[in-house]
Amino acid sequence: MSRIARRVLPGFRLSLGYTVFYLSLLVLIPLVACFLKAAELSWAEFLQAAWSARARSAYWLTFECALVAALVNLVLGLVVAWALVRYQFPFKTMIDALVDVPLALPTAVTGLVYASLYVQDGWLGQFLVPLGLEAAYTKLGIVLVLIFTGFPFVVRAVQPVLAELNIEEEEAAAVMGGSRWQTFRWVIFPNLFPALLAGFTLAFARGVGEYGSVVFISSNMPFKTEIAPVLIVSRLEEFAYREAAAVAVVMLGFSFLLLTLISLVERWSKNHEE
Amino acid sequence: MLQRLLLIAGGMYLLGATCWVVWSARVHDSGQAVSLLNAACDPTRELWREINSRFTEHLLRERGETVKIRQSHGGSSSQARAVIDGLDADVVTLALWSDTEAIHQKGLIDEGWEERLPNRSLPFVSTIVFVVRKGNPLQIADWPDLVREGVRVITPNPKTSGNGKWSLLAAYGSVLLRGGSSAEADAFLERLFAGVPVLDTSARAATMTFSQKRIGDVHLTWENEAYLEVAEAKGALEIVRPPISVLAEPHVAVVSANTRRRGTVHVADAYMRYLYGEEAQEIIARNYYRPTSPEAWAKYENFFGELELFPVSRLAPGAIDSAEVWRELGNRFFAEGALFDRIYLKLHGGVKVP
Repeated sequence: MSRIARRVLPGFRLSLGYTVFYLSLLVLIPLVACFLKAAELSWAEFLQAAWSARARSAYWLTFECALVAALVNLVLGLVVAWALVRYQFPFKTMIDALVDVPLALPTAVTGLVYASLYVQDGWLGQFLVPLGLEAAYTKLGIVLVLIFTGFPFVVRAVQPVLAELNIEEEEAAAVMGGSRWQTFRWVIFPNLFPALLAGFTLAFARGVGEYGSVVFISSNMPFKTEIAPVLIVSRLEEFAYREAAAVAVVMLGFSFLLLTLISLVERWSKNHEE
Repeated sequence: MLQRLLLIAGGMYLLGATCWVVWSARVHDSGQAVSLLNAACDPTRELWREINSRFTEHLLRERGETVKIRQSHGGSSSQARAVIDGLDADVVTLALWSDTEAIHQKGLIDEGWEERLPNRSLPFVSTIVFVVRKGNPLQIADWPDLVREGVRVITPNPKTSGNGKWSLLAAYGSVLLRGGSSAEADAFLERLFAGVPVLDTSARAATMTFSQKRIGDVHLTWENEAYLEVAEAKGALEIVRPPISVLAEPHVAVVSANTRRRGTVHVADAYMRYLYGEEAQEIIARNYYRPTSPEAWAKYENFFGELELFPVSRLAPGAIDSAEVWRELGNRFFAEGALFDRIYLKLHGGVKVP
C-alpha cells in the first residue's frame, strides 16, 4: 500500500541508538571492565601473568584445537547442509532438527558424555583405546567436543545459501561441458564461500571460548591439556582477578586478530570475484 | 491500520521487555519468613541438607521462629570468591581456612572469627583417605605405595579444589612427619603428581572420574566423600586408611556484614551454635565427618578407626598463628610459581610451544 511512498524505511536513528545502547551495555562495558582490571597490573606483572610458559602453551592449545575443530566442521557442515538441502530422505525433518541440539545441550553434559564414552571402559573407548585412539583426557577429546559444540554453525550458515542457489546455473555449466568438479569449483563454491567462511568463523569463535565441555574431557594438565579458559578459572580461584583478566585480554587480542584476518579474507574474496 | 497495529505490538514488546528486566533484577524480599543462605563447599551437600531440615524444626520448636535455609555449593575457593563478589551468604562453611580468611580480608567477616565459635569454629573435622578398587588389587596401604611404578592416582587440582589442597598437604606431611627432609617430601610430591592422569577442577568431578569412568587406581578424597563413594559403588570400591594423614579443618563462619544488613544476626548465630549441640553432632558423625564435641567423639571414635592426624601447622613450624601457617603453605605449595607449578613445569614444561 505505502511501499512505494516510503522507499527508505524509517527508524534509522532509533535502530542505531538501540544498537549502540545494547552493544555498550552487553558487550563493550564488560570488555572495558576486563581491560581496566588487567591494566591495574604493571607491565612486568602483566607479562608474568599472561605470557608465562604455561599461559603460552594454554593459548596455543586453545587456538589450535578450536581451529582444527572449525576446519573439520567446515567440511562436515557443508556435507550435512548439502544432504539436507539437495536430497529427500526419511526422517529429514528430524535430522534437520537434530543439528541444533548441540546449541541447546548444556556443555557440561557434552563433556561428561563424551568423556564417559571414550574412556577405556566406555562404549566406544573399549574398541578405540586398544587401537591406540585415546580420546578421553587428551587433545583429541578437546577437539571432539569442540566439533560437537561448533557443528550447527556451519550447517546453519550454509543451508539457506545453498537452498537459494539456482540449479539452472549448474545445468548451464553442465551443458557448456563443465565437469562435475568444474561446476562445483566455479559455480557452486564461489556462491557458498562467504557463508562457509561465516560458519567457520562462528564455529571457531565458539571453540575458543568453550569451557564447560572441555573441562570435563580434558585432563587439565598444565602445559599439556590445559586450555586458556581453564587457566583463567584457576587464576580466579586463587583470587588473582587481575592476572585472570590479563590472560583474558591476551585471549581477546588473539581472537580479535584472527577474526579481523578472516573478515579480510572475506573482503578479498568478494573483490576478487568481481 | 496494519502499521499502527505493528507499532503498538512493537511498543508493547519493548515495554514488556523493559519491565521484565527491571522486575527480574529487583531484589526479592518476601518479608515475613527469615531466610539464611549457607555458602558451602562441594562435598557437603548431603550433610547440610540433613542439618538444615533438623535445624528448621529445632528453631520452630525452641523459639517458634520459622527459617528457610538455602544452600549453595561449589568449589571452596569459588564460593569464597562469590561471597566476596556479593553473594548474600549469611554463613560460609568452606574447606579451607584461607578461603574464609579471604572473605574476612574484604571486611565481610568480623575480626577474630576463628575464636568466635567453640573449638576454633570447627564443629567437625575430617581427613584425606584412599579409595581403591575392589579387593585392593595393587595392595595399596600407605603413602609410599602411591608412587610405585604404574600406580595412577586421582585427586582434584590443588589450585582449584579444597580436596586437592588437603591431598597435597597430606602427602607432603606423610613424608616430612615421618622424618623425611623437605627435599624428600618435594620429590615425593613430584613422583605422586607424575602418576596423576587427570586434574579435575572439583572434588565431585574427581569422584566421578574415579568411580564412574573408572580411571586410576587410588582416589585421594575427603573421608566422608570416600564413604559416600564406596556406598554408591555397591561393592566395586573400598576404603583404605593410611596410617597417617592430615587433619582437615573446614571452618564455619558468620558473614557478619551480610547478616547485619539482612537482619539475620541472631538466626545465623543460632544456626552456627546448633552445630555444636548433641543432635547436630550426631548428624555430623552419621554423615562420616568427625564430630568435635567430646561426647559425640567418644561415641564414634571406634567407627573412624585408628589414624594419626597431623594439623597443617606442623608443616609450617615457624608460624605462630593460622594466618602465618596458611601464608607459608600458600607461598610454598599453591601460589603462582610455587611447588605445584614447579612440579608441572618439570613434568610437562619441556613440551615445545611453537
